Amino acid sequence: MSHGASGPSRAPEMLAALKGAGFDFFCGVPCSLLKGLVSLLEKDHDARYVSATREDSALGMAAGAFFGGKRPMVLMQNSGLGVSVNALASLHTLYEIPVLLLISWRGEDRSDAPEHWMMGEIMLPVLDQMKIPHRLLTGVAPGEGLAAQVAWAAAQLDATQKPVALIVPGGVLE
Amino acid sequence: MNKLEAIKALTGLLAPEDLLVCCNGMIGRELYTVGERPANFYMIGSMGLGLSIALGLALARPGRRVIALDGDGNVLMGMNALASVGSERPANLYHVVLDNQTHASTGGQRTISGDVRLEAVASAVGYRATHRADTLDHFQAALRDALAQAGPVMVLGVVEGGTVKGIGRVKETPAELTARFSAEARR
Repeated sequence: MSHGASGPSRAPEMLAALKGAGFDFFCGVPCSLLKGLVSLLEKDHDARYVSATREDSALGMAAGAFFGGKRPMVLMQNSGLGVSVNALASLHTLYEIPVLLLISWRGEDRSDAPEHWMMGEIMLPVLDQMKIPHRLLTGVAPGEGLAAQVAWAAAQLDATQKPVALIVPGGVLE
Repeated sequence: MNKLEAIKALTGLLAPEDLLVCCNGMIGRELYTVGERPANFYMIGSMGLGLSIALGLALARPGRRVIALDGDGNVLMGMNALASVGSERPANLYHVVLDNQTHASTGGQRTISGDVRLEAVASAVGYRATHRADTLDHFQAALRDALAQAGPVMVLGVVEGGTVKGIGRVKETPAELTARFSAEARR
Protein backbone atom coordinates (compact mmCIF):
# COMPACT_ATOMS: atom_id res chain seq x y z
CA MET A 1 0.00 0.00 0.00
CA SER A 2 1.71 3.15 -1.12
CA HIS A 3 -0.82 5.56 0.27
CA GLY A 4 -1.35 5.48 4.01
CA ALA A 5 0.49 6.22 7.22
CA SER A 6 2.43 3.49 8.96
CA GLY A 7 4.01 4.38 12.27
CA PRO A 8 4.83 7.85 13.60
CA SER A 9 5.64 10.61 11.12
CA ARG A 10 9.32 11.37 10.72
CA ALA A 11 8.54 14.92 9.60
CA PRO A 12 10.21 16.56 12.67
CA GLU A 13 13.39 14.56 12.03
CA MET A 14 13.26 15.54 8.33
CA LEU A 15 12.80 19.25 9.04
CA ALA A 16 15.69 19.20 11.52
CA ALA A 17 17.84 17.41 8.94
CA LEU A 18 16.97 19.95 6.24
CA LYS A 19 17.75 22.90 8.49
CA GLY A 20 20.92 21.19 9.65
CA ALA A 21 22.07 20.91 6.04
CA GLY A 22 21.47 24.62 5.49
CA PHE A 23 18.16 24.61 3.64
CA ASP A 24 16.51 27.95 4.34
CA PHE A 25 13.93 28.51 1.58
CA PHE A 26 10.99 26.16 1.29
CA CYS A 27 8.16 26.20 -1.18
CA GLY A 28 5.96 23.81 -3.07
CA VAL A 29 2.58 22.27 -3.59
CA PRO A 30 1.47 19.75 -0.96
CA CYS A 31 0.75 16.04 -1.14
CA SER A 32 -0.99 13.89 1.45
CA LEU A 33 2.22 11.85 1.72
CA LEU A 34 4.05 15.05 2.75
CA LYS A 35 1.37 16.58 4.96
CA GLY A 36 3.30 16.14 8.22
CA LEU A 37 6.24 18.10 6.85
CA VAL A 38 4.07 20.79 5.24
CA SER A 39 2.22 21.25 8.52
CA LEU A 40 5.51 21.77 10.38
CA LEU A 41 6.81 24.16 7.72
CA GLU A 42 3.65 26.26 7.82
CA LYS A 43 3.98 26.73 11.58
CA ASP A 44 7.70 27.51 11.39
CA HIS A 45 8.34 31.24 10.91
CA ASP A 46 12.07 30.75 10.37
CA ALA A 47 11.46 28.28 7.57
CA ARG A 48 9.19 30.76 5.73
CA TYR A 49 7.31 28.21 3.61
CA VAL A 50 5.76 29.65 0.45
CA SER A 51 2.62 27.86 -0.68
CA ALA A 52 2.87 27.86 -4.49
CA THR A 53 0.05 27.33 -6.96
CA ARG A 54 1.99 25.16 -9.41
CA GLU A 55 5.14 23.13 -9.01
CA ASP A 56 6.99 24.89 -11.84
CA SER A 57 6.23 28.25 -10.23
CA ALA A 58 7.64 26.91 -6.95
CA LEU A 59 10.77 25.95 -8.88
CA GLY A 60 10.97 29.46 -10.33
CA MET A 61 10.77 30.93 -6.83
CA ALA A 62 13.47 28.52 -5.69
CA ALA A 63 15.72 29.71 -8.53
CA GLY A 64 15.21 33.33 -7.53
CA ALA A 65 15.87 32.50 -3.89
CA PHE A 66 19.11 30.75 -4.89
CA PHE A 67 20.24 33.85 -6.78
CA GLY A 68 19.57 35.75 -3.56
CA GLY A 69 21.83 33.45 -1.55
CA LYS A 70 19.35 30.91 -0.19
CA ARG A 71 19.54 27.12 -0.29
CA PRO A 72 16.10 26.14 -1.61
CA MET A 73 13.96 23.04 -1.34
CA VAL A 74 10.78 22.43 -3.36
CA LEU A 75 8.28 19.81 -2.26
CA MET A 76 5.71 18.28 -4.56
CA GLN A 77 3.65 15.24 -5.42
CA ASN A 78 5.06 13.25 -8.33
CA SER A 79 2.19 14.52 -10.48
CA GLY A 80 3.97 17.88 -10.16
CA LEU A 81 7.11 16.43 -11.71
CA GLY A 82 5.18 16.36 -14.99
CA VAL A 83 4.37 20.04 -14.59
CA SER A 84 8.03 20.76 -13.78
CA VAL A 85 9.89 19.05 -16.62
CA ASN A 86 10.44 22.17 -18.73
CA ALA A 87 11.52 24.29 -15.76
CA LEU A 88 14.02 21.66 -14.65
CA ALA A 89 15.32 21.20 -18.20
CA SER A 90 15.51 24.78 -19.46
CA LEU A 91 16.10 26.66 -16.21
CA HIS A 92 17.70 24.76 -13.33
CA THR A 93 19.75 22.21 -15.26
CA LEU A 94 20.73 24.64 -18.01
CA TYR A 95 21.62 27.56 -15.72
CA GLU A 96 23.21 25.36 -13.02
CA ILE A 97 20.82 26.26 -10.24
CA PRO A 98 20.93 23.73 -7.39
CA VAL A 99 17.55 22.91 -5.86
CA LEU A 100 16.50 20.00 -3.71
CA LEU A 101 13.31 18.29 -4.91
CA LEU A 102 11.31 16.41 -2.30
CA ILE A 103 8.92 14.32 -4.38
CA SER A 104 6.23 12.04 -2.97
CA TRP A 105 5.63 8.73 -4.68
CA ARG A 106 1.95 8.32 -5.42
CA GLY A 107 1.15 5.31 -7.57
CA GLU A 108 4.04 3.27 -6.24
CA ASP A 109 1.75 0.33 -6.87
CA ARG A 110 -1.69 -0.28 -8.32
CA SER A 111 -3.44 -0.12 -4.95
CA ASP A 112 -3.25 3.68 -5.26
CA ALA A 113 -5.82 5.78 -7.14
CA PRO A 114 -5.73 5.32 -10.93
CA GLU A 115 -4.76 8.90 -11.75
CA HIS A 116 -1.38 8.14 -10.13
CA TRP A 117 -0.63 4.88 -11.91
CA MET A 118 1.30 6.12 -14.92
CA MET A 119 3.35 8.79 -13.15
CA GLY A 120 3.98 6.31 -10.33
CA GLU A 121 5.46 3.94 -12.90
CA ILE A 122 7.52 6.41 -14.93
CA MET A 123 8.77 8.80 -12.22
CA LEU A 124 12.16 7.16 -11.60
CA PRO A 125 12.89 6.61 -15.33
CA VAL A 126 11.92 10.25 -15.99
CA LEU A 127 14.36 11.43 -13.33
CA ASP A 128 17.03 9.15 -14.80
CA GLN A 129 16.40 10.49 -18.30
CA MET A 130 16.63 14.04 -16.95
CA LYS A 131 19.95 13.14 -15.28
CA ILE A 132 18.61 14.16 -11.87
CA PRO A 133 20.29 12.09 -9.14
CA HIS A 134 17.76 10.65 -6.69
CA ARG A 135 17.44 8.50 -3.60
CA LEU A 136 14.43 6.80 -2.09
CA LEU A 137 13.60 7.49 1.55
CA THR A 138 12.52 3.97 2.33
CA GLY A 139 13.99 1.60 4.84
CA VAL A 140 15.90 4.54 6.29
CA ALA A 141 17.07 3.77 9.82
CA PRO A 142 15.65 5.85 12.70
CA GLY A 143 17.90 8.47 14.27
CA GLU A 144 20.52 9.72 11.83
CA GLY A 145 19.04 8.00 8.77
CA LEU A 146 17.15 10.88 7.21
CA ALA A 147 19.95 13.32 8.03
CA ALA A 148 22.35 11.09 6.11
CA GLN A 149 20.08 11.13 3.04
CA VAL A 150 19.71 14.92 3.22
CA ALA A 151 23.47 15.28 3.64
CA TRP A 152 23.97 13.17 0.51
CA ALA A 153 21.55 15.42 -1.40
CA ALA A 154 23.26 18.58 -0.14
CA ALA A 155 26.67 17.25 -1.19
CA GLN A 156 25.29 16.41 -4.65
CA LEU A 157 23.84 19.91 -5.00
CA ASP A 158 27.16 21.47 -4.08
CA ALA A 159 29.10 19.20 -6.42
CA THR A 160 26.82 19.48 -9.47
CA GLN A 161 25.02 22.83 -9.01
CA LYS A 162 21.98 21.08 -10.48
CA PRO A 163 18.72 19.60 -9.15
CA VAL A 164 18.73 16.53 -6.90
CA ALA A 165 15.68 14.58 -5.72
CA LEU A 166 14.69 12.69 -2.60
CA ILE A 167 11.70 10.41 -3.19
CA VAL A 168 9.23 10.01 -0.36
CA PRO A 169 7.09 6.85 -0.24
CA GLY A 170 3.98 6.58 1.93
CA GLY A 171 4.29 6.42 5.70
CA VAL A 172 7.43 8.55 6.18
CA LEU A 173 6.41 12.22 6.30
CA GLU A 174 2.64 12.05 6.71
CA MET B 1 5.13 53.27 -28.04
CA ASN B 2 8.15 51.49 -29.42
CA LYS B 3 9.35 48.55 -27.29
CA LEU B 4 13.03 49.59 -27.36
CA GLU B 5 12.10 53.07 -26.13
CA ALA B 6 10.06 51.49 -23.34
CA ILE B 7 12.97 49.27 -22.30
CA LYS B 8 15.36 52.25 -22.29
CA ALA B 9 12.87 54.23 -20.21
CA LEU B 10 12.89 51.44 -17.61
CA THR B 11 16.63 50.85 -17.41
CA GLY B 12 17.21 54.60 -17.32
CA LEU B 13 15.31 54.77 -14.04
CA LEU B 14 17.15 51.89 -12.33
CA ALA B 15 19.98 52.17 -9.83
CA PRO B 16 22.95 49.83 -10.37
CA GLU B 17 21.89 47.69 -7.38
CA ASP B 18 18.33 47.13 -8.67
CA LEU B 19 17.87 43.51 -9.75
CA LEU B 20 16.10 42.91 -13.06
CA VAL B 21 14.70 39.51 -14.06
CA CYS B 22 13.75 39.42 -17.73
CA CYS B 23 11.37 36.93 -19.37
CA ASN B 24 12.29 34.86 -22.42
CA GLY B 25 11.51 35.84 -25.99
CA MET B 26 12.32 39.00 -27.93
CA ILE B 27 12.18 41.23 -24.84
CA GLY B 28 15.29 39.62 -23.39
CA ARG B 29 17.21 40.08 -26.63
CA GLU B 30 16.03 43.67 -26.89
CA LEU B 31 17.01 44.38 -23.27
CA TYR B 32 20.43 42.86 -23.93
CA THR B 33 20.84 45.12 -26.95
CA VAL B 34 19.76 48.44 -25.41
CA GLY B 35 19.88 47.97 -21.64
CA GLU B 36 22.54 45.40 -20.74
CA ARG B 37 23.80 45.62 -17.14
CA PRO B 38 25.35 43.04 -14.74
CA ALA B 39 22.24 43.05 -12.53
CA ASN B 40 20.10 41.77 -15.42
CA PHE B 41 19.07 38.12 -15.50
CA TYR B 42 18.03 36.81 -18.91
CA MET B 43 15.72 33.79 -18.85
CA ILE B 44 15.98 32.04 -22.22
CA GLY B 45 13.69 29.03 -21.61
CA SER B 46 11.07 28.26 -18.95
CA MET B 47 8.47 30.60 -20.45
CA GLY B 48 6.05 31.98 -17.87
CA LEU B 49 8.40 31.64 -14.90
CA GLY B 50 10.11 35.05 -14.90
CA LEU B 51 7.73 36.48 -12.32
CA SER B 52 8.13 33.43 -10.08
CA ILE B 53 11.93 33.87 -10.21
CA ALA B 54 11.56 37.54 -9.35
CA LEU B 55 9.20 36.70 -6.49
CA GLY B 56 11.61 34.19 -4.96
CA LEU B 57 14.42 36.71 -5.27
CA ALA B 58 12.31 39.50 -3.74
CA LEU B 59 11.51 37.29 -0.76
CA ALA B 60 15.15 36.26 -0.36
CA ARG B 61 16.50 39.83 -0.63
CA PRO B 62 13.85 42.12 0.92
CA GLY B 63 16.25 45.04 1.06
CA ARG B 64 16.70 45.21 -2.72
CA ARG B 65 14.33 46.38 -5.43
CA VAL B 66 13.50 43.52 -7.79
CA ILE B 67 11.96 44.21 -11.19
CA ALA B 68 10.28 41.52 -13.28
CA LEU B 69 10.32 42.56 -16.94
CA ASP B 70 7.64 40.54 -18.67
CA GLY B 71 5.74 40.28 -21.94
CA ASP B 72 2.05 39.56 -22.39
CA GLY B 73 2.70 35.98 -23.55
CA ASN B 74 4.72 35.25 -20.43
CA VAL B 75 2.15 36.83 -18.10
CA LEU B 76 -0.64 34.81 -19.67
CA MET B 77 1.33 31.57 -19.46
CA GLY B 78 2.31 32.12 -15.83
CA MET B 79 -0.78 33.96 -14.65
CA ASN B 80 -0.90 31.81 -11.51
CA ALA B 81 2.25 33.58 -10.32
CA LEU B 82 0.37 36.88 -10.14
CA ALA B 83 -1.80 35.29 -7.45
CA SER B 84 1.33 34.28 -5.52
CA VAL B 85 2.62 37.85 -5.76
CA GLY B 86 -0.75 39.12 -4.53
CA SER B 87 -0.59 36.67 -1.63
CA GLU B 88 3.02 37.30 -0.58
CA ARG B 89 2.86 41.05 -1.37
CA PRO B 90 6.61 41.77 -1.31
CA ALA B 91 7.05 45.55 -1.03
CA ASN B 92 10.25 45.39 -3.11
CA LEU B 93 8.76 43.74 -6.22
CA TYR B 94 7.85 45.68 -9.38
CA HIS B 95 6.24 43.98 -12.36
CA VAL B 96 6.78 45.76 -15.67
CA VAL B 97 4.83 44.31 -18.60
CA LEU B 98 5.39 45.21 -22.24
CA ASP B 99 2.19 44.25 -24.01
CA ASN B 100 2.29 44.00 -27.81
CA GLN B 101 -0.50 41.42 -27.98
CA THR B 102 1.77 39.07 -29.90
CA HIS B 103 4.24 36.24 -29.53
CA ALA B 104 6.98 38.25 -31.23
CA SER B 105 9.75 35.63 -31.22
CA THR B 106 7.68 32.92 -32.92
CA GLY B 107 6.42 35.02 -35.82
CA GLY B 108 4.04 37.55 -34.35
CA GLN B 109 1.04 35.30 -33.69
CA ARG B 110 -1.59 37.03 -31.60
CA THR B 111 -1.92 36.45 -27.86
CA ILE B 112 -5.22 36.97 -26.03
CA SER B 113 -4.05 40.04 -24.10
CA GLY B 114 -6.25 42.17 -26.37
CA ASP B 115 -9.21 40.52 -24.67
CA VAL B 116 -7.80 40.38 -21.13
CA ARG B 117 -6.61 43.45 -19.26
CA LEU B 118 -3.60 42.08 -17.44
CA GLU B 119 -3.37 45.02 -15.02
CA ALA B 120 -6.98 44.29 -13.96
CA VAL B 121 -5.90 40.76 -13.07
CA ALA B 122 -3.01 42.16 -11.02
CA SER B 123 -5.37 44.50 -9.25
CA ALA B 124 -7.85 41.70 -8.53
CA VAL B 125 -5.21 39.44 -6.95
CA GLY B 126 -3.92 42.12 -4.59
CA TYR B 127 -1.13 44.17 -6.18
CA ARG B 128 -0.89 47.47 -4.29
CA ALA B 129 -1.22 49.51 -7.47
CA THR B 130 -1.37 49.09 -11.22
CA HIS B 131 -0.76 51.42 -14.13
CA ARG B 132 -1.56 51.13 -17.83
CA ALA B 133 0.27 53.42 -20.25
CA ASP B 134 -0.21 53.86 -23.99
CA THR B 135 2.45 56.49 -24.64
CA LEU B 136 6.12 56.76 -23.73
CA ASP B 137 5.48 59.85 -21.57
CA HIS B 138 2.77 58.09 -19.60
CA PHE B 139 4.88 54.95 -19.30
CA GLN B 140 7.84 56.92 -17.91
CA ALA B 141 5.62 58.77 -15.45
CA ALA B 142 4.00 55.49 -14.34
CA LEU B 143 7.40 53.87 -13.81
CA ARG B 144 8.58 56.85 -11.73
CA ASP B 145 5.43 56.66 -9.60
CA ALA B 146 5.66 52.90 -9.23
CA LEU B 147 9.33 52.78 -8.23
CA ALA B 148 8.74 55.50 -5.60
CA GLN B 149 6.08 53.45 -3.83
CA ALA B 150 5.85 50.07 -2.09
CA GLY B 151 5.22 47.07 -4.31
CA PRO B 152 3.92 44.90 -5.63
CA VAL B 153 3.03 47.25 -8.46
CA MET B 154 2.36 46.45 -12.11
CA VAL B 155 3.21 48.93 -14.82
CA LEU B 156 1.85 47.79 -18.17
CA GLY B 157 3.04 49.54 -21.29
CA VAL B 158 1.10 49.01 -24.50
CA VAL B 159 3.81 48.71 -27.16
CA GLU B 160 3.90 48.26 -30.92
CA GLY B 161 4.30 44.79 -32.37
CA GLY B 162 6.90 43.73 -34.87
CA THR B 163 10.61 43.16 -34.48
CA VAL B 164 13.54 45.47 -35.10
CA LYS B 165 16.55 44.46 -37.19
CA GLY B 166 19.92 44.29 -35.47
CA ILE B 167 18.72 42.79 -32.19
CA GLY B 168 21.42 40.51 -30.83
CA ARG B 169 21.33 37.36 -28.76
CA VAL B 170 22.63 37.08 -25.21
CA LYS B 171 26.31 36.11 -25.52
CA GLU B 172 26.96 34.86 -22.00
CA THR B 173 26.25 31.20 -21.30
CA PRO B 174 23.40 30.40 -18.92
CA ALA B 175 25.90 29.29 -16.26
CA GLU B 176 27.77 32.58 -16.66
CA LEU B 177 24.50 34.48 -16.27
CA THR B 178 23.77 32.58 -13.05
CA ALA B 179 27.20 33.37 -11.66
CA ARG B 180 27.16 37.07 -12.43
CA PHE B 181 23.55 37.65 -11.40
CA SER B 182 24.01 35.75 -8.12
CA ALA B 183 27.09 37.85 -7.38
CA GLU B 184 25.05 41.03 -7.92
CA ALA B 185 22.05 39.76 -5.94
CA ARG B 186 24.16 38.70 -2.93
CA ARG B 187 26.23 41.89 -2.79
